[in-house]
Parts: sequence; C-alpha cells; structure tokens
Amino acid sequence: MKLEYIGLSEMVGSLIFLDGVSGIGYDEMAEITLTSGEKRYGRVIQLDGSRAVLQVFEGTKGISLENARTNFTGKPMELALSSEMLGRVFNGAGRPIDGLGELYPEERRNINGSAMNPVARVYPRNCIYTGISAIDGMSTLIRGQKLPIFSGAGMRHNDVAAQIVRQAKVAADDGEFAIVFAAMGVKNDVADFFKKDFEEAGALQRVVMFVNLASDPIIERMLTPRCALTAAEYLAFHLGYHVLVIMTDMTSYCEAVREFSSSKGEIPSRKGFPSYLYSDLASLYERAGILKGKSGSVTQVPILTMPNDDITHPIPDLTGYITEGQIVLDRELEQKGVYPPISVLPSLSRLMKDGIGEGYTRADHSDVSNQLFASYSKVQDARSLASVIGEDELSDTDKLYLKFGNAFEAYFLTQGVREDRSIDDTLDLGWKLLSILPKSELDRISAEDIDAHYVEDVTF
Amino acid sequence: MSETKYYIEGVNGPVVTVKGGRGLAMMDMVEVGTERLIGEVVSVEGDVTTVQVYEDTTGLMPGMPVFPKGAPMSITLGPGLLNNIYDGICRPLRGIAEATGAFIGRGIQIPALDEEKKWDVTICVSPGDELAPGAVYAECQETPVIRHRSMMRPDQSGTVLTVVPDGAYTVTDTLVTVKNAAGEILELKLAQQWPIRSPRPVEARCTITRPLVTGQRIIDALFPLGKGGCAAIPGPFGAGKTVTQHQLAKWSDADLIVYLGCGERGNEMTEVLDEFSELIDPHTDQPLMYRTVLLANTSNMPVAAREASIYTGMTIAEYYRDMGYHVAMMADSTSRWAEALREISGRLEEMPAEEGFPAYLSSRLAEFYERAGYMKTLSGKEGSITIIGAVSPQGGDFSEPVTQNTKRFIRTFWALDRSLAYARHFPAINWNQSYSEYLTDLTPWYNEQLGEDFLKLRARLQAVMKEETSLNEIVKLIGSDILPEDQKLTIEIARVIRLGFLQQNSFHAIDTYVPMEKTKRMMAVIFRLFDGCRGLIAKSVPLSQIKATGIFEKLVRMKYEIPNDDLSQFGPYEQAVDEAIASVAALYQ
Repeated sequence: MKLEYIGLSEMVGSLIFLDGVSGIGYDEMAEITLTSGEKRYGRVIQLDGSRAVLQVFEGTKGISLENARTNFTGKPMELALSSEMLGRVFNGAGRPIDGLGELYPEERRNINGSAMNPVARVYPRNCIYTGISAIDGMSTLIRGQKLPIFSGAGMRHNDVAAQIVRQAKVAADDGEFAIVFAAMGVKNDVADFFKKDFEEAGALQRVVMFVNLASDPIIERMLTPRCALTAAEYLAFHLGYHVLVIMTDMTSYCEAVREFSSSKGEIPSRKGFPSYLYSDLASLYERAGILKGKSGSVTQVPILTMPNDDITHPIPDLTGYITEGQIVLDRELEQKGVYPPISVLPSLSRLMKDGIGEGYTRADHSDVSNQLFASYSKVQDARSLASVIGEDELSDTDKLYLKFGNAFEAYFLTQGVREDRSIDDTLDLGWKLLSILPKSELDRISAEDIDAHYVEDVTF
Repeated sequence: MSETKYYIEGVNGPVVTVKGGRGLAMMDMVEVGTERLIGEVVSVEGDVTTVQVYEDTTGLMPGMPVFPKGAPMSITLGPGLLNNIYDGICRPLRGIAEATGAFIGRGIQIPALDEEKKWDVTICVSPGDELAPGAVYAECQETPVIRHRSMMRPDQSGTVLTVVPDGAYTVTDTLVTVKNAAGEILELKLAQQWPIRSPRPVEARCTITRPLVTGQRIIDALFPLGKGGCAAIPGPFGAGKTVTQHQLAKWSDADLIVYLGCGERGNEMTEVLDEFSELIDPHTDQPLMYRTVLLANTSNMPVAAREASIYTGMTIAEYYRDMGYHVAMMADSTSRWAEALREISGRLEEMPAEEGFPAYLSSRLAEFYERAGYMKTLSGKEGSITIIGAVSPQGGDFSEPVTQNTKRFIRTFWALDRSLAYARHFPAINWNQSYSEYLTDLTPWYNEQLGEDFLKLRARLQAVMKEETSLNEIVKLIGSDILPEDQKLTIEIARVIRLGFLQQNSFHAIDTYVPMEKTKRMMAVIFRLFDGCRGLIAKSVPLSQIKATGIFEKLVRMKYEIPNDDLSQFGPYEQAVDEAIASVAALYQ
C-alpha cells in the first residue's frame, strides 16, 4: 500500500507538518515532489497521532501548502555503498555530484549506524606516524582513535590536516589506507584545497569526498558526517581498509544543529545549543575504532574552529569530553611564524600511553615526551617572570629554560609543510633539546637513560 | 501476552506517548512496538501516558502495541554478575554481541545471568527454619575471591518447607520453598529480582570509621575517603578523571568494584575490560575482574538507558553489600547522567531551572549519593558502599550546577586542575581546592594503625604546601633569588613534595600502588631533610650548598627505588640525609 499525501498543513522554517497520515515510522524518509517536478527529501522527526513533522533537507523555499506531494519510503535514511565509492565526490546527503553518474550499490545502510559493542572492540594500540614531531613525539595518533584538531579562524589547520593525510603511515604496514573526507559548511576554496592536495599526493583514487559547502542547506550538513562515517565503516569493516576520516568544520556542523533545534522550538541549554548536543556529537565521534575479527579500522581527525579561540566554548568542550585527546593550535605560535602551530601543553592523546614505548616506537619515548612536557611548562613560568623582572635578573636555571623554550619552538615544533620526520629523528631531537638543561633538571627520566642519551655541550 | 489495549500515540526521540487506558503506573516497565523495545513510564496525564524508551526509536509508528509488564523496572541479581559486562539496563554485552554482532541491535532480550551454568551450591537452611528478610539460605563460590550468598528478599520472610540437597544448580532451579505469613509458597532460587529505583533496606546505618585505602599517596595522606563515604572528582577534559577512577578501581581495598561507564568512551570500556582481566589484585592475587562488575553505557548508546544505568549500578552494589561486602562504586561520569536527565526533561517539556537542568536535579543527586553508607545489613553483617563520582563540568568551570549540587552531598572533593595536567603532574589533584571532611572521623583509625606521627606529618606537609602557594605569588613578581634562605628552603622542599610525593606515576610498576606505611615513611624522610636544612640555615649556611650535595634529587627518586614490600630500604635514605647535612655542617664549622 503506497499512499501519496497531497498538500501540507503547516510549515515552519525547514519543517513541514502533515495531518491525517498513518503507517509512518519515526525517522522514516520521505520524497517530496513539487508541481514543478522538483524532488526534495525529508525525514520524520516527530509523530503525534495522525500528525507527522518532517524536516526537509533542501529547505522549504518554494514549497507552498498546496504544491507538494509527499511519498514515504518506509525506511530510514540509507546510503548506497560500493567499493566504487573510492575516488568519487558526493554531496552532503550522499548523492554523487561529480557528474560520473549514479553509484551501483552493493549494499544500503542506515546512516545513523549503531553503537559498537565495547565487547567487540579491539583496544587501539598501533600508532600512526604522521611525520610531525609535535604529534608523533608528544600526542601520538593511534589507529582507531578520534583525535580532533582544535583551531581558530585563520590558522593553518587545513595545512596540518593535509600533511597528516599525506604522510600518515603505520609501523607494521598490513593494509591499505583509504581517506574519507567530509566537508561541512566550508568555503569552496577549502574543499578545492583538499581536492588539489589529494590529487598532488596521488591519493585521489583512495579518497571518498562528501561536500556540503557553506551555501548548501543546513539539514544536509547534519547528514554529511553521518554519510561519511557510514561510508568509512563500510570501507573499514566490509572491505578491510584502514580509513582516516577528516571532518571539517565541526563548528559549522554544530551551528547547523543549533539552527535546526531552535526552528523546532526546543529548550536551549548553553549558548543556545540543544541539550542533546553531547549525545549528537558522541553518535559521530564514537564511530571510530577497531573491531574484533575485522582487518580494517576507522580513525577520525575532526577539525573544529574554536569560536573566539575559546577552548571552553560548548563545541570544543563537548568534543574534548568525547574524543580521545585533542591537538590544539595556538595563535601566538602562529604569529611567531611557527608551523605547525601546535600548542603542546593543552594537546593530548589519551591512547598514546599504550601505543608507544618498547615494542611499539622506542623504549625512551614515554619518558622523553613527559620530560618535554614538564620542562616546557616551566618555560612558561620563566617567560612570565622575565616579562616582569627582565631577562637579566633571572636565575641561571631560568635562563636555560628560556633558551630551551626558544629552541624547542624553533627546532622541534617548526618543520616544513612537506618535511616528514621519522620517530627516531623526533626523539633524538628531543634529547638534544633536553640537553640544554642541566641533568639535575631532568626529573622524569631515569638516570640510566640520561647517561645513554644526554648530549654534552649541545649547540643550536 | 500478545493481547494489549495500549498503543503508541506519538514519538519524539526516546520519548513515546501511549494511549488506550489508564492502568499504567508510574515507573512501570513496558515493551514498546512490535520489536518490543524496553521502556519505562515517566509521566501519566489523563489518558496519555509518557514512556521513555531505552533503545533507538527509529521505525516506531503510532498505533503499534505497547505491552505493560506490570512491575517497575527491575533487574536480576545473582551469581554471574561478577567478571561480566552489562549495558545500562543490565543486559549482558557479551550475549548481545553473540546475538547481533559487533554493533548493538534493538529489542534484544537476553537474561542477565547465564541460565545454563551450574553453580556448586551449599544450602544453609533446613525445613522448619524461620527465615527473616535478608537471611542467607544458599551459598556458592561466584569467583575465586567472592562467595555469593543468596538472601531472602528484604520484603519477604517465612518458614522453610523443603530444601534440595547441596549440589550443582542453575540460577533458575528452585532451591528452597518457604511459606510466608499470608500462607503463600515462595520458591527461592539462586537469583532474585529487585526494582532498580528502590534502595534495598538495611538494619541500620553505622558511622564511618575506616578509610578506603587506595594506594594513592595524595588521597591516602591528604584527602582520605571513608569506607561508606562519597567522593567527587570534578575536572576539565584531559585532567585525568578516568585514569584516577581506574587507579581507584584497581588498587583500593574494597572487596568488590562496580564500575559504571556512563556516557563515556567505548574504547575506555574495552580498555578496562582487557586490563582488569589481566591485572592481578595485590590483595587477593587473582585477576581484578573477579571482583568487578562493569556497566557500560557509552556516549552513543541510548540516552534514556544512561539515566537508568546509575540506578542499575547502585542496585548491584547494594546486593553485594547486603552479603556483607565492602563495595566501591565508580561512576564515570555523573555529569553525563545529569545531562541525560536534562535531555529527557526537555523532551517532556518540563520547566527548566539552571542551565536547562530540571529543578529536581539536586534531589535526584541526593537520592543517589544517600544510597552510599556503612551499613548493618538485615542479616546482621557489616557492609558498605563507597561512591566515587566523576564530574565533567562544562568548560572546567566548577560553578556549574552539577558540580555545585554534587558538592552538597559528598564529603571528599578531589578537584582536578588543568594547569597541573598541562605540566603532566598526575594525579592532577589540586591540594588547595580539594578537601576531605572524613579526616576527623578517621583520626582514631590513623592513630591506631599508623601511629600518631602520621597525621602530624600530614599536617606539616599541608602547611608547607600552603606556604609555597603564597610564596609563589611573590616569586611570580620578583623571582626566587631575592627570597630569604628559609623561604627558599620551603620552596625547595615543596618541590620535593610535588615531584617526589604528590606526583604518582600510574604506569610505573612500583609507584602505581603504595602502601600506607611507605607513604608515611616517605613523608618522614622528607621532613627529616627539612628539619636538618632548617638547622643549617639558622647557622647562615646558604641553601645552594645543601643543594649541591644532590640530596634533594635523591629524595625525588625514592618513590621509584624503594620496593613496596621492603621498607628497610628507607634506612640508606635516612642515612644519606644525615650524611648530607653533616657534610655541609662540617664545611661551616
């Protein structure tokens, strides 16, 4: 029995209301045909007796109460999946926009996915080398992790993400890499930048792109990461790829959620965001991981721009509570000309502790990174003291800390956009920098390691 | 069972409105739709009953049937809970994985306990015995470290009619029949049902006199938690809430751990499961999982089940407490639970109070924390539940409603600090903001077990850290060189305390767990040095001379070098301190 409903009862923003419907399921997809022949897509978001509320993905512009006919598909939103997806470009709702025609689907899956059973997960332990010292050395990315980049408007987060994509490799190479790229509310230039960069790296055939530009409808923006992650799960757990998912910009996504929520008249919580923003973000970020008995993996690197560089804003705040760490970019470093401008102290990789050290990277990795963190945090104290009493008045140790801090930023953090440093280079560099400080200041490293690696009379 | 007059009227996320009759009671369990998703009645208004559904509601249609279960939301309690992992409404995740694969499906109904497994049961009663509520009628060895005692439900009593002989039985076999005062025959099995929102009754509440020994220096020495008490760990992300919870779950001297991952990361639960299966408990020499029940409602599992998970965990904890065990319950994180409450409250269109949280947030938190305590159980044993709740304040700001309301119901507060975490000082418990109100209650225990000098050393340590904080204000302005020598010494000793005592490396084989006695000796050595140095400085010896001996660095490393089981190794350190002092003193004779 397939019913077509003619006309609507009400419209508010991107929502349409239908009365007198029956046999419709919650979350079901609908196709809305206008008299002009134009087709739009919608989803049931609330049912109340015979009244259904639908959100229209493409917006309600041009729809009147009389010119629309609605067909329900009887299914939730599904994405067509196939190995042919690699190398293709889709819009935010998963329809091809590269002019290469429709995809012949091997399978269709609900884009909302389902929660991975913690019992079926494999705890991630294999690190992904990015060739970036600040990440490999101090906030190591692990396969199956979700590690966002917290940035701000105008900073070079796109360069960092592109460099990670270009240089990412695993220690024991046991599978093929694929990249899923989800652009949400980004400018055309940004989407182009990534496309060009993938092309130059010769990786385009291993990339699936989902693009929702800043001018595209916000409802579609809310679907974009879900489509991308459904594709990623298919590539990883069905086809066995190691998938790296880059999602940019999560801030645009969250703002779309807020806009949609307020159009539904929901009670806002902090800064107008709906109270379910945490659950909503979790339903995306938690789709990273490795499963028992499957060869592939899903690793996420979401990018978000912190409004007003404020790390306590709800978007970075809720993200940080869900993701397994964060890479924080810093405007001051950026202005000093440091690339990548990674602020190491607030950056963190929660899974790092189990993926480094003997048998994974190098035995001294953990101690060196802890010592670098501890020493660099003292640099901040020495600098603020110097700004009050002047550098000349500092104690000798504090002067050495200043020297260490400057060298750390100039040689460890700074590297070329195309410079790929091995983990050995990174750790050796770390030792060289620590050797600027007297041995007695190295309180996180064992005496044996200091004897083995400390560089006497180091110069920079 | 398939006949029902109730049907779905409307669907809005996890909230479903039901029509068809007026017979549904508040908090009753229902099964919704043809897939029979589990739900609970949350409000009744005339003909319309509102139900929160514990699973994804995709595909539910108005008109679908709703089946009342006629009882409040209950879980099955019995042997087999330990060494197992459940979701928020106590469905076994291993069973779910077998039924629906790596991703969690819907409408799955699997018994919480393995109904095939035979337990070696000893019957403790004989016909004619009078069984009071809470009386133990059967025992079995649930894991090598925990003996499971099947007790009369707290709301039942009667005379034993028949018993089976000792032997191997499953959780569904009837072991004992009892006739109660009303003349009804009760069939008692190894397992029993209990509604999760009703606290299990106890005989009496006792005062707290013993600490939960955690093996974490800053906690045991500075901010102890009583057995039967409540603690909160608030902190911004990355400050180490979860690692601290894991450390407490691993090393505290509770008999049993209920670990609740409430709205947290899936990988973390996998880590706990893997790690606890391998790690050996220092108190029993058996894998930690043998004393652990895990509950996981990861952040992408249904939000309504998150709200229920905290009660599920508490009910399990109370069940084992009633057997006479000391249970520690870790809830990571209570903020996610509060947010689930807020989300559902929003869907019910209730009037919000502060920051969108419902006005009943504080009374719900109070109900939860008050279920902790050191109790005399119905069967006359002593048992306790200690709650350690993580709080994830928005933006790390402790003035938000969940932290503030929690503070009213807990007595130990471990405030995690972002700047300590950035400097990789772990555990990042800020010694100026944290407090423990249990100290006075526990003073007799400390004096008796560890001697009166423990608390004296503790008081000195806290005073030094307090003084350092105020000195640091000055140092920030003028640098440390200008300070007088005795204040320089305070800063130097505080540095030793920070690095060598307060900082504890949870990934280091020796340092991850420290017995109380070692904690005390460490404080004693540090103050031996402090006193020695003060003597020298009074004789105008510059601090730099003493520092040159390297004794300060030596003490910083002692935590790694003195084994936990051989405290005689402190001897050489005491000697080294004395020698260093003497050698410097000799120079200034």
